[in-house]
Amino acid sequence: MSVPMSVTVGVVQFPGTNCDLDTLDALADLGARTALLRSDEISLGGVDAVVIPGGFAHGDYLRTGAIARFSPVMDAVASFAAGGGPVVGICNGFQVLTEAGLLPGALRPNAGLSFLCQPQKLMMASVNHVLGHGLSPSDELSIPINHFEGNYVCDGATLRRLRENGQVVMRYVGNPNGSVDDIAGICNETGNVVGLMPHPERATSELLGSTDGRKLLKALLYAAASSRQAAGHRAA
Amino acid sequence: MNRWDVLVEVSPRAEIADPAGTTIERALAALGFGGVSGVRVGKAIRMEVTAADASEARSVTEQMCDRLLANPVIEDARIELRAVAQDHST
Repeated sequence: MSVPMSVTVGVVQFPGTNCDLDTLDALADLGARTALLRSDEISLGGVDAVVIPGGFAHGDYLRTGAIARFSPVMDAVASFAAGGGPVVGICNGFQVLTEAGLLPGALRPNAGLSFLCQPQKLMMASVNHVLGHGLSPSDELSIPINHFEGNYVCDGATLRRLRENGQVVMRYVGNPNGSVDDIAGICNETGNVVGLMPHPERATSELLGSTDGRKLLKALLYAAASSRQAAGHRAA
Repeated sequence: MNRWDVLVEVSPRAEIADPAGTTIERALAALGFGGVSGVRVGKAIRMEVTAADASEARSVTEQMCDRLLANPVIEDARIELRAVAQDHST
């Protein structure tokens, strides 16, 4: 599948973000235009989708994502998400989205207290979200994880809601970090905000051991194009 | 206005697994401290707060906890206040 139309994806950079350039490269390689969005910007500059990449925003001081969520750019991301714009948080970006209240639950230190950096088998759970196009539930993916705080937790009522609404995006095959229900990624009720611990931008070439990350990023570009088209229709 | 020494103790909520606490508890048992249970690891945040009275100092610290210092999904916060001895010579 080629990108249906040229879209622009903004990648947020906080002080301490370190996967921003890899993410920009991976998206550009798929034909997207890209824009780096600094954390002190108050506008997203008309991008069609936003990625909050991995890293250690503000040193992960206090809690992962706790300081980053108050950055000016996050107000713009929240408005963009509220309007249905596609937003994806990868690893630290997932943590930022939970702290910002754009996704439910939180991420705690891994159950084994080890920093995990390994290729990880995953299984798609739902595809009704901005990383789902072209994929099917039960599709297996291999994408690296690289985190200390990837242990997803939420209360029982939230977990029931996530399952019932199809908000569990993907699960670990062989739970590496103690996440409840093997959850590796979730989305909001409308499916336009997704958070996941695995790093799709690191699984984009055979040289890196897997190209499965491209499937997810392509799906995001498709969602960005659809969202732009919908926005165009609304404006017309 | 008065100054208050404030201690905010943030700990994982009771129902949240605390792998650091569990690991420390096992290490203590290995050292022979067998009668230890319920080890939880949190963080302590100390600061000085200027406020009219203790209740204002507490209330403003509670707001800090709600907005930033603790994540209510996973953490509880406990606040301790102590008046800083005032220097009246200035």
